Amino acid sequence: MLESKAVTKAFGSKIAVDHVDLKLEKGHIYALLGPNGSGKTTWMKMAAGLIKPTSGRVEFEGKPVDIDSRRYVAYMSTEPYFYSWMSVRDMGKYYRDFFEDFSYARYIKLLDSMQLSEGLKTRALSSGMMAKLKIAVTLARDARVYMLDEPFNGIDLLARDEIRANIIEAASEDKLLLLSSHLVEEMEAIADRAVFISEGRLIENVDLEQLRSERGLSMADRYRQIYGHAEVNQQ
Amino acid sequence: MFYDANSPIWLQVADAIKTDIVTGRRALGDKLPGGRDIALQYAINPNTAARVYKELENERLVETRRGMGTFVTEDRERISALKQQMAEKAVHEFITKMRKLGVSPEEAAQMLAQEDKNA
Repeated sequence: MLESKAVTKAFGSKIAVDHVDLKLEKGHIYALLGPNGSGKTTWMKMAAGLIKPTSGRVEFEGKPVDIDSRRYVAYMSTEPYFYSWMSVRDMGKYYRDFFEDFSYARYIKLLDSMQLSEGLKTRALSSGMMAKLKIAVTLARDARVYMLDEPFNGIDLLARDEIRANIIEAASEDKLLLLSSHLVEEMEAIADRAVFISEGRLIENVDLEQLRSERGLSMADRYRQIYGHAEVNQQ
Repeated sequence: MFYDANSPIWLQVADAIKTDIVTGRRALGDKLPGGRDIALQYAINPNTAARVYKELENERLVETRRGMGTFVTEDRERISALKQQMAEKAVHEFITKMRKLGVSPEEAAQMLAQEDKNA
């Protein structure tokens, strides 16, 4: 569904993504893993059509992604992107006007599940509430591809369960989900495949149940094997 | 439910459902939640949930009726056989652990009888 063909991105002399060949298929939830600065966010932004590769290209169903790809790709970045004077309700309306596939009813359902009320002004939101709001506006879309960069960051333990449930609900046979997170354990059971990248290069794209049954390794174990012990967040 | 992330998750969820069937928490002929609901209930990937039902079906513990959903088998004998099989597995694990501790099966049996009296 989404294919990265020899994708490279350089920022000046720094190579953030280095010849990444990667095929992601619909019907899966992928965990995108790698230490800070390994190129996860840069790759996602290219896959979302927000920035252009220096060379190579990302294709969605055989066609190169570009700015129009936003119609079917729902991307949640790590940066905050709300106007502080807007209320949670305004945010929903703004998104509804912007994206044809945005469902206000689904937005309300998502807000309820995460105990966010519509009347709140975004400037009054705590960082955790802001993180939930980003998830709500992203998952309220009926997109083909969802890419969530750090969906569990700044979110307390109980709310993480809700977010996991919302992610499972968004998944279907004809959709592709890609989650990047440092909280590896949070994704063990909801992802069915993992993509490991290191220093801008693809290490592997594995089936997680196969990793467990054939190698007796969890996703976190494999992470430790690939990157050493230093970077693992043991939460 | 907490998972042992080193062994397949479908297997762990299938075992949990088997326990529910044997203990009667899910009765003969009961309708089971749909694939998506089972994924949500156990907080697992929907493909993993589908695998759980497929495996339970292969073991003839559940059956999927087209357009109706998935149901616990109504075959009482099949469920007794499952109970037997699960009990044997538990005994095997117990004996294995005891052996590791240097406790003979005879001593273990005595300890079991004593434990049962005290309970």
